[in-house]
Amino acid sequence: MAERGTRLLVADDNKVNRLLLARSLELQGHRVASAENGRIALEMLRAGAFDLMLLDMEMPELDGFGVLEQMNADSKLREVPVIVTSSLEGVAHVVRCLELGADDYLHKPVNPVLLKARINSSLEKKLLRDQQKALIRRFATSEVAEDLQQSGFALGGRRVVATVMFSDIRGFTALVEAQPPEETIELLNTYYTLMFEAISGQGGVVNQMIGDGLMAIFGAPMPLPDAPLAAVRAAQDMVEMIELFNHERVALEKAPIRIGIGIASGEVVAGYTGTQQRATYTCIGDTVNLAARLEAHTKQAGRGILLDGDTMTAVGDRVPLEPLGEVLFKGKAAPTQVFAVKAQAPG
Amino acid sequence: MSESSIDMAVFSELQDAAGAEFVVELVDTFLQEAPTMLAELRAAQAAGAADVFRRAAHSLKSNSSTFGAADLAALARALELGGLITDTAALDALEACYQQAAARLRELSRG
Repeated sequence: MAERGTRLLVADDNKVNRLLLARSLELQGHRVASAENGRIALEMLRAGAFDLMLLDMEMPELDGFGVLEQMNADSKLREVPVIVTSSLEGVAHVVRCLELGADDYLHKPVNPVLLKARINSSLEKKLLRDQQKALIRRFATSEVAEDLQQSGFALGGRRVVATVMFSDIRGFTALVEAQPPEETIELLNTYYTLMFEAISGQGGVVNQMIGDGLMAIFGAPMPLPDAPLAAVRAAQDMVEMIELFNHERVALEKAPIRIGIGIASGEVVAGYTGTQQRATYTCIGDTVNLAARLEAHTKQAGRGILLDGDTMTAVGDRVPLEPLGEVLFKGKAAPTQVFAVKAQAPG
Repeated sequence: MSESSIDMAVFSELQDAAGAEFVVELVDTFLQEAPTMLAELRAAQAAGAADVFRRAAHSLKSNSSTFGAADLAALARALELGGLITDTAALDALEACYQQAAARLRELSRG
């Protein structure tokens, strides 16, 4: 039995059909909105959270097939279950609808009992999918969850060009020793919330959290246009959020915290590592090592955000940078050009 | 003749499922919309617009079957599947059938 008050959208150009379907659904305890063509239906789907759509095929402006196609191309809309209600004749239409991702196909005039059964079944399937997804998302980011849903799970990596970021809290150990553990956990939770917000706000993916450190990837598993700039913007947002957070801490007579961020761009091998039972999405390669070295180097350099040459080239003059010359990092044969992001003027 | 134009089983089922009061409204809506569909059919036939013709016939078929107007649905279906026609005799027959069905629906819905 579906819970009462689920939101359904009825898309049908024919007024009699629209009224009758809406009426049947309301009698079944659902909340119903209607759209009179495919274009309006898509707009409404994008604007509001609908649990399910009943879709007519023959509609002016944009027909049902067009709606299904556009829903497929949109990762958010793809998840809304669709039951096609049509009086188009012929099995070919039914097959085409199902191939385009419709859950079910009901011939018009729609039998109310059948309608109820199909809707409940679709909503239950959706609920199950949502629960699975919520579970995956607790342990992976939405991008990884998306990638898993689209491509399935397979161990092994592929080479991609991406931007990698490492960040941690300066002097964290001293901080931990100076305060009760409960306070440290609270601090870390706030810190991670802020950092996740900044990173995912720019399209990045946090894929590791170790103590006070985190690793984020921009451009994998999902491609991200202008990934190096997105990473630098995220770093700037992170620094800004920490400054705001510090205002609060100082007001509570707590020591402010500082973070250091290293960013490097280039080829990485990205994929799932681990075992079939327990795996994690990660990136490895020189670019990853370099980002970690740059993060560690922020301390000596006395700068908050450091970049490698490839990130600098990609970002260009869109962010004010300061060259710090060459540094020979541990494990590297050749010295690396290092650049610092200039601190933003306050306000 | 007009007695046979509505399938009472379908119509009663509709009243049971959606509520008799609502069916009054729904019939009114149909009677408002149907003349537009009939006019669209005529215009599309005259203009040779096959797609508009098929769609209008399709809508009319769909609504007629909702109310159990089986004869009307059958005529509309023939037009939907048959494609554009060259003379208007079938449209005249369709309109006559609609008038009968409409009169009967009006009676039935108001009890």
